[in-house]
Amino acid sequence: MLSRYQSTGKKATRDGFGDALYELGQQHPDVVALSADLSGSLKMQKFIKEFPDRFFQVGVAEANMMGIAAGLATSGKIPFTTTFANFSTGRVYDQIRQSIAYSHKNVKICASHAGLTLGEDGATHQILEDLGMIKMLPGFVVINPCDYNQTKAAMHAIVKYHGPVYLRFGRPSWPIFMPEDEPFEIGKAIVMQPGTDVTVIATGHMVWYALQAVQQLETQGISAELINIHTIKPLDEEAIVTSVQKTGCVVTAEEHQRNGGLGESVAGVLGRQFPAFVEMVAVNDSFGESGNPTELLDKYGLGVADIVKAIQTVLQRKKSAGIHQPANGQPLAAKS
Amino acid sequence: MTNLENLQKICPQVRRDIIRMVYFAQSGHPGGSLGCTEFLTALYFHVMKHDRAFNMTGRNEDMFFLSNGHISPVWYSVLSRSGYFPIKEMGTFRKMNSRLQGHPATHEGLPGIRVASGSLGQGLSVAIGAALAKRLNKDPQLVYVLTGDGELQEGQVWEAAMFAAHHKVDNLIATVDWNGQQIDGPNEQVISLGDLHAKWSAFGWHVLEMNGNKLDEVLSTLETAKQATGKGKPIVILMHTVMGYGVDFMEGDHNWHGVAPSQEQARKALDQLEETLGDFPYTETI
Repeated sequence: MLSRYQSTGKKATRDGFGDALYELGQQHPDVVALSADLSGSLKMQKFIKEFPDRFFQVGVAEANMMGIAAGLATSGKIPFTTTFANFSTGRVYDQIRQSIAYSHKNVKICASHAGLTLGEDGATHQILEDLGMIKMLPGFVVINPCDYNQTKAAMHAIVKYHGPVYLRFGRPSWPIFMPEDEPFEIGKAIVMQPGTDVTVIATGHMVWYALQAVQQLETQGISAELINIHTIKPLDEEAIVTSVQKTGCVVTAEEHQRNGGLGESVAGVLGRQFPAFVEMVAVNDSFGESGNPTELLDKYGLGVADIVKAIQTVLQRKKSAGIHQPANGQPLAAKS
Repeated sequence: MTNLENLQKICPQVRRDIIRMVYFAQSGHPGGSLGCTEFLTALYFHVMKHDRAFNMTGRNEDMFFLSNGHISPVWYSVLSRSGYFPIKEMGTFRKMNSRLQGHPATHEGLPGIRVASGSLGQGLSVAIGAALAKRLNKDPQLVYVLTGDGELQEGQVWEAAMFAAHHKVDNLIATVDWNGQQIDGPNEQVISLGDLHAKWSAFGWHVLEMNGNKLDEVLSTLETAKQATGKGKPIVILMHTVMGYGVDFMEGDHNWHGVAPSQEQARKALDQLEETLGDFPYTETI
């Protein structure tokens, strides 16, 4: 069966951000944007040209940017802060925590160049800890879209949501494979492919890789269910548990540290509700380095082959434990 | 009664509120609160146009942000005394299930508070954001923000200072409570602030100075500051105060930054402060 999800071209997720920001500017007079000297990298030119009064250049001063955004939000504006993910999180964690999260301000923190795929600039800029930091803040919504279209869809969703949001996207040109008309609901996972042997849960750029891996294994007779989890928080627990009740094992894939990432969140849900084998494709307690984005993903264990291997491993673990393929909704049971 | 006489009557009551709140909680920050009593009394009872039927957005009102959130007792007192919430609620300060958190917060929905503060250095940025929104909304009212002096050691303050001058945020009046003291001792021993007038001036701000414990001077300087708005420069008032002002044994002593008085000390303090408007009710007496 031909998947609904086919590559139709390539664009960066940051282009999706920039294009959507311009559309939001046209639709919502209260939308304002701030940049810490990276408006070019975040593709904001159209917004700036069309709405110069609603754009604030803050300069290389991210802490101040977060505070100003909190003040603008207090007064009823919908501020979108922009810089690299590295400077959107750890550098300004306390400003986000006190002035935005604790004060529940309607600020959208838009963070580009996340993860290894930032590439040649190296580990100083390749943040792999941001999802963990922000998901810990009470009340924060954390979203990591997978392609250009989903980034745009996420932007149109977060502007309608009142509250603090962290939107994470990236630098590289990346396949566009989510249809433009794919519904986007904050906190609602998208089952891209149904399956019965294993659940694969991926976020961000890794969704494309997960799709390749799942399609490869299909030719070997392995039926994988692929879940695109654009919202890291609030996590779609129901979609995860429902799928794992069917498959009994999970592989997660993310461009982030294993510690504090999506995989941990998924494992936590399953530990509380439906214990199952989990393999995590993520960076294993390491910084990145300079290099070509896709080569870096391969080097740090985030390649398509790594997802394939993780799926095979988790299936083997399930088999070794002598666990039945669980019937729908029935708890797992070991063979007697 | 003139404005000045009216405000002079309120100040000792605000100081009594501060002492009693901090005493009953056996924690809090009396020193800076006492020193900023005249300033906050002037703002809330004379200078600012504001509505006690609190609106978060502050549209068409003057807005105040407290960056040095630890002096929450003085703010809670003037908010309560000007009608934002019941006077008796002051008795819940720093207690469980209270809206009067140790440091100001929006989380519990206390009217009058627009952003949490306590972690220092953030309030000026927030106030600038509110001022920019007023500009976009063509709202002619002003934004006021108070910071501490030790707080100026936070780098974010100077990021904000640079931004406000560059973007000509001239509907903003910042005030620095320059009492020269911080937790570990005098500023000059901890980290010298240097020539603050020259520093703010070099950052492109219109700089005023005043004695923050003289009500008439506070009123006249704030009037001067208001007159200076709309002229392309942000305004800062370097406000010279005495930490602990109004309670003789606390005055000028950094040790009163963040400790509660004993019963004997609280009695001694209250003896020096006339009860002009009636104390907030509380289950214990001092």
